[in-house]
Amino acid sequence: MNTVFVPLGYVDLALASLLLLFSGLLSIYLRLGLEKRLGIAALRMVVQLLLIGMVLKLLFALVSPLWTGLAAAVMIGLAGREVMARQKRRFSGLWTYGIGTTSLMLAGSIVTVLALTTQIRPEPWYDPRFAIPILGMILGNTMNGISIGLDRLMNAAVNERSAIEARLALGHDRARAFRPQVRDACRSGLIHIVNAMSAAGVISLPGMMTGQILAGVDPTEAVKYQILIMFLVAGSTGLGTLTAVMFAVRRLSDSRHRLRLDRIENETTHTKE
Amino acid sequence: MLSIKNLSRPGLGPIDFTLAGGKAMAIVGPSGAGKSLLLRALADLDENDGDVWLDGEDRADIPAPEWRKRVAYVAAESGWWADDVGRHFDDLEAARKLLDQVNLNENALTWPVSRLSTGEKQRLSLIRTLIGKPQVLLLDEPTSALDDDSKERVEALIRSLVADGVSLIVVTHDKSQVQRLGARVMTLKNGQEVTP
Repeated sequence: MNTVFVPLGYVDLALASLLLLFSGLLSIYLRLGLEKRLGIAALRMVVQLLLIGMVLKLLFALVSPLWTGLAAAVMIGLAGREVMARQKRRFSGLWTYGIGTTSLMLAGSIVTVLALTTQIRPEPWYDPRFAIPILGMILGNTMNGISIGLDRLMNAAVNERSAIEARLALGHDRARAFRPQVRDACRSGLIHIVNAMSAAGVISLPGMMTGQILAGVDPTEAVKYQILIMFLVAGSTGLGTLTAVMFAVRRLSDSRHRLRLDRIENETTHTKE
Repeated sequence: MLSIKNLSRPGLGPIDFTLAGGKAMAIVGPSGAGKSLLLRALADLDENDGDVWLDGEDRADIPAPEWRKRVAYVAAESGWWADDVGRHFDDLEAARKLLDQVNLNENALTWPVSRLSTGEKQRLSLIRTLIGKPQVLLLDEPTSALDDDSKERVEALIRSLVADGVSLIVVTHDKSQVQRLGARVMTLKNGQEVTP
C-alpha cells in the first residue's frame, strides 16, 4: 500500500478558487445577486479555517489539559449559541441557551471521554490531536439534532396547545400529556443521523473517511474509524436531543402540570435562514 | 362540596362561592367576562391564587393530575392528539355505553378524528371526561354546536349525573338551558361577580 500524502501549496488553492470565481461570474451574468454572499462566505471560510489551523497546531504542540479543556468549552459554548439562533420560538431569559448548551455539554463530553478512554486510547487520553477533532464532529451533529428537536417541540407546544391541555384536563401528568410531541421532536432530531448512517458508503463517502484515505490511510482502517465515529455521533445526538427535549418539557410545564406557554417569547423575527 | 375563597388570576376575581354535591351552577355574562378563565382556574390549568377545597380537602395537598380527575374541565374547543378517536379513550367499553346517551353512532370510536364534525367532537370530548367519573364537572358551552335532539340528550345525561351527586358548573349563553338544568346563576362581568 502506498501511503503517499500529497501536500497542497497555496497556488493549488488559488486554482481551486477559480471555480468559485466562475460561480460568481455566473451569478452576475444571470443577475442572481448571489455573488456578494458567495464571496463573503468564501472569505469567511478561508479566514476561519486558516485561523483554526494555527490554533490547532498550537494546541497540538502544547498537549495541555487546561488549554484542551478551554478549547472544548469554547466549542460547546459556540454550538449552544448556534442552537439558540436556529430557534423560531425561544424561552424568555437564557433558558433556551442554557438548555441547548447543557445538553450539548452532557452528551458531547460523555461520548467524547468514553471514546478517548476506552476505544481510541491516545496517550495521554486528552491528547488534543484526538480530543478536539472528535469533539468537533460529535458537537456538529449533536447540535443539529438538538436544534431541530427543540424547534419542533416548541412549535408543537404552541400549535397543539388544545391537544396537550385536553390531556392535562383529563388528569394525565405532564410526561404523558407531552408524549406525542416529545416523540415527534426526538424523531425529527434523529432523522439526520439515521439518514447519514443509511447512506454511508453507498450514496456518500463520509468526509472523515475520505480525509483519512487522502492522507494515505488504508481504506479498511479508515472505514473502522468512520464506523466508530458514526456510533459516537449517533449516541451523542440521541442522548443530547433527548436531554434537551426533556429539559424543555419541564420548562414548558410546571409542578402543577400546567402548560406554561407564557414562558415562551413572542415568535422571533430574527430566525436564521 | 366545592368551596372557593378569594380565587383570582389576572383578569379574574377574587371569586367566592360554595357548591354542594348534586347541585348545578351556571356562569353567564358577556364574552370576555372571564367565564372560561374561572373554569380553567378551578381545574388549575392556569396559575391562580386563592383557596379551593373539595370535601374538606385543600387543592394544594392534592397532586394536580389527581385533582383534575376529580374536578374535570371540558373545554369549549376540544383537543385531539392521535388520528383515531378510539385512542383518546382509556376505557373503550365504558365509552361505548355512553355513545347512545349523547346521540352518537355506535361506531364513532372507530372513526378517524379528521371526519368528526364540531358537534361530534364536543360530545366525544364530554364522554372522554365522564369515563373518569369526576365529582365536579366544569363544562364550557357543552352544547353550543349541537342540534336540538342531541342537545336534549346531552342535557338529560348531565341532569342524571347531577341527580347522582355530581356538582356541575356550566358556562352557557342559553338562558333556557340554565332553567332546564335547574342551575343557580353566577353572572360575571370584567372578571367580577355582579348582581344581574
